[in-house]
Amino acid sequence: MSTRTIQGQKNLQNINQASKDGIGGSPLRPDGNLKVKGEFAYSSDMWHEDMLWGMALRSPHPRANILSVDISEALKVPGVYAVLTHEDIPGSKYYGLEIQDQPALAIDKVRYHGEAIALVAADHPETARRAVKKIKVEYEVLTPIVTEEQCLDPETHGYVHEPHEYKSHGYGNICHEQKLVSGLGVTDEVRALADVIVSGDYEVGMQDQAFLGPESGLAVPAEDGGIDLYIATQWLHVDRQQMAPVLDLPEEKVRLTLAGVGGAFGGREDLSMQIHACLLAQHTGKPVKIVYSRDESFFGHVHRHPAKMHYEHGATRDGKLVFADCRIVLDGGAYASASPAVVGNAASLGHGPYVIPNVKMHAIALYSNNPSCGAMRGFGAVQAAFGYETQMDRLAAALGMDPVELRQLNAMAEGDFMPTGQQIDSPAPVAELLQRVKDMPLPPPLDTEHLDVRQIPGALSNTSHGEGIVRGVGYSVGIKNVGFSEGFDDYSTARVRLEVIGGEPVAMVHTAMAEVGQGGVTVHAQIARTELGVEQVTIHPANTEVGSAGSTSASRQTYMTGGAVKLAAEAVKRALIEKGRRRYGWTHHDITLVGGKVVSESAGPLVSMVDLLGDEAIDLTREHHHRPTVPFDKETGQGFGHVQYTFCANRAVVDVDVELGLVKVVELTAVQDVGKALNPLSVVGQIQGGCTQALGLAVMEEIIVRDGKVRNASFTDYLIPTILDTPPIPVEILELPDPHAPYGLRGVGEAPTVSATPSIVAAIRNATGLALNRIPVRPEHLTTERPGEL
Amino acid sequence: MEFLRPATWDEALAAKAEYPTALPISGGTDVMVEMNFDVHRPSAILDLNRITELTEWTNDGSVVRLGASVPYARIIDELSGPLPGLALAAHTVGSPQIRNRGGVGGNLGGASPAGDAHPALLAAGRDVFVEAASVRGTRMIPIDEFYVGVKRNSLAADELIRAVHIPVADGPQQFSKIGTRNAMVIAVCAFGFALHPKNGTVGTGIGSAAPTPRRAVEAEEYLQGVLAERGLWESGDLLGAEVIQKFGELVKAAASPIDDVRGTADYRRHSLAVMARRTLTWCWNDYSKQIRSAA
Repeated sequence: MSTRTIQGQKNLQNINQASKDGIGGSPLRPDGNLKVKGEFAYSSDMWHEDMLWGMALRSPHPRANILSVDISEALKVPGVYAVLTHEDIPGSKYYGLEIQDQPALAIDKVRYHGEAIALVAADHPETARRAVKKIKVEYEVLTPIVTEEQCLDPETHGYVHEPHEYKSHGYGNICHEQKLVSGLGVTDEVRALADVIVSGDYEVGMQDQAFLGPESGLAVPAEDGGIDLYIATQWLHVDRQQMAPVLDLPEEKVRLTLAGVGGAFGGREDLSMQIHACLLAQHTGKPVKIVYSRDESFFGHVHRHPAKMHYEHGATRDGKLVFADCRIVLDGGAYASASPAVVGNAASLGHGPYVIPNVKMHAIALYSNNPSCGAMRGFGAVQAAFGYETQMDRLAAALGMDPVELRQLNAMAEGDFMPTGQQIDSPAPVAELLQRVKDMPLPPPLDTEHLDVRQIPGALSNTSHGEGIVRGVGYSVGIKNVGFSEGFDDYSTARVRLEVIGGEPVAMVHTAMAEVGQGGVTVHAQIARTELGVEQVTIHPANTEVGSAGSTSASRQTYMTGGAVKLAAEAVKRALIEKGRRRYGWTHHDITLVGGKVVSESAGPLVSMVDLLGDEAIDLTREHHHRPTVPFDKETGQGFGHVQYTFCANRAVVDVDVELGLVKVVELTAVQDVGKALNPLSVVGQIQGGCTQALGLAVMEEIIVRDGKVRNASFTDYLIPTILDTPPIPVEILELPDPHAPYGLRGVGEAPTVSATPSIVAAIRNATGLALNRIPVRPEHLTTERPGEL
Repeated sequence: MEFLRPATWDEALAAKAEYPTALPISGGTDVMVEMNFDVHRPSAILDLNRITELTEWTNDGSVVRLGASVPYARIIDELSGPLPGLALAAHTVGSPQIRNRGGVGGNLGGASPAGDAHPALLAAGRDVFVEAASVRGTRMIPIDEFYVGVKRNSLAADELIRAVHIPVADGPQQFSKIGTRNAMVIAVCAFGFALHPKNGTVGTGIGSAAPTPRRAVEAEEYLQGVLAERGLWESGDLLGAEVIQKFGELVKAAASPIDDVRGTADYRRHSLAVMARRTLTWCWNDYSKQIRSAA
């Protein structure tokens, strides 16, 4: 910031020019070209001399007792080096992100379809695959507990985990719950204050992160008895924290280095093959690589929680919200993963970005024999947004109001209070975002005279030449928190080193941040350039040699690790200037670093960094902690629980073939406040990507589970949007600084994923007149199974 | 696993005779996916890629002889005139990469009810033949006798598909396919339709809505009857809403779909009726224009 606005004599202008690749610029990603050309090394591309291939045997049943496991035939397969079960685990047998309830390998029972039971290491993946098939498991198959009704009636249907095994506050088959009451709550008296009440039941299917790079990594046993793991993950240090007790190693002997990550979206927050590869490497003394196949990947990571929600909203005749009563039931599946935090988010954000004087909320996550669910972009806020935004449209219809105006009338702003009692103490331009998105020009109507079939529903599948097509428009806005909440101190660490290399000052930035595509590596270099006045910045590979960077999730990395890089770079800058003061006796109070020089704003250049540094390097590490938060009260949900809030508004324009139920999203507009765009190009990319993932949830993405079994574990049948499904996404960015955040920035990645889905469904409702209370919307919902008119 | 790479067609037939369980592969867009998913573990693979004649086609003016391995991309580029229905179907196959590799021979060999080429081949008429060859000789299998069960065809164990013989279109042809996204999607269901004014017949083909690709026989007979009785082939007059409606209902009735992860049986029936009405309308409008401009 300081280098940009240097005042003073005109002759300083050129030398004082801040790097165009500093913050606010849009330098390109260092890995962009490699990825486009297919030359980037992903974690699945790694190879080590003499390495073995690991593979897991997975349960075909969602719920069964394991009566016996016979590995003898598998061990006889030539080329097999090890076959392991839970009995071979040297340390703790359980792990978990928040609750250690998941066995590293199944012990006596399996709780979901695809649970790992045994491991094989062999000299070739095909050998490993054959050996896996020779492991004989005798099951006593049990009826899976899969519906809400079954889960909530354990007396009849049984427990997913025996109650005495609970390692948390769970009870029955409830993994976690959060209640919230604000104002007067929702009572008959409060209801009586409303002139209009609308209610609805809403359902969200199980979305998958569908990252393209399958889970993979390479574990290399070290001479000191430790392990080096090269891994695609979202948080190196939390992986290590979960792995070390199972491997019976001290944390410092479990060393992780980030390998090339092919997308994450929350799906790499939990462990997948990390422990398995390390167990096999420990056991065989050889490097072990594991790469999931595409279908195994669908079983190998957690998904977005499917949700069933009931919402009731009351408003006065002129549209002012009086109350909201919400119940959100999330299916957490077999193991806890991030369910508690997802519940906390759903409960605290589930009323949307609106001022509501009286709120009652009850959010729960179930234990079931369905696939485990946990972190995915939007994290509990996505499901709720579909509920409350549908309610806003319904309420507008019941009141005869414009849906955008109704939202604006109730929009929260800076100074307002969340139902948790937390005051919004930075810009919250909800009404303005809505106005801007509404004011953006609409796309032209469908040109039926010069029809390009690629632009209409069905595209080259040639289902329509213009027949049956109706246009619809929908709006929505959403709220998401940034950073970890409820008292969690998810600090980030950064090390910055400044030295002269090849006659130039060069900064090196070393963090453990997982680059999963969000652009942290680009932004870190920009921060170093801006703070240190250098052009050359090297990004050190991310590993556990430096302190934790926290997770690449919760839209937090630029805020948290970017903030740590800023702190470390500022410390290096101070140290360098102090060195100059000591050497040259400077007394100026306006010294900064620009263009490779130490510069006084009034007196001009003082010395080049090269001369001042000489052979010495300045190498400093700093931690960045966000302001503290507190847990929500269990019964009332009150508390200063979130670090920061972020908002996005969308408008969707769709064409629907109403006879065939096919949808083409014509345009998806987004307006978002990002506080400060450190890299505007990346920010737009994040918003467009978030919108596209939201589009997937609106119209196609769902893991179909029947009786606990996954039915579409492939990209043939789990559909994600192609380029023909992805419309132009015009983005408008607001930069209203948050005084609590580094550079005033606001996390970007999740808000559009929260807000865009409801706008698309609203547009489809607008075109069809159907209620559409479930997402994803499928063709049969618009045709043969019309579940009710609006 | 044996990997056989014959250099000539005769060598390929000999290899297939010697290894009747060998799985032929050309583009590999189906076979390799199934092997990667560990669905199939064939004892032998018979690689046909060295046999260049399989990627050639000829047109004698009345029939196109389409080599089994001619990729969909070339069908679109080179044969949309004589084989418009098949070319439209080819447009809907997978991605550009898949269309550059995959061909009709693979679709026929796999005989999946969801294969995109099948409805177009059925609609092209009863004189479509699969040229099947073995060391014992060559057979011309009528398309109506080719599909015999779910992913089963009438090839003998020692036979290979060499080519498909498809009459050159003598009238408008259309193909529609339902997918739950706008590209790169397996058919929820599909419908092919063709007018054959020369012999006064119409052709239909239903995909993904029965154990095999199938013809909507009653719909064809109904429409042929109406066209003949009312002299519509000659006049090119409008069909009328009730004819189009009835045709759609008969196509729908010809299907016997199931519920699966891609769609429901009800939706498949419903959308078949819509596609049948629309493709008939498009074809008839085109035909009608031709007749009137000729008059």
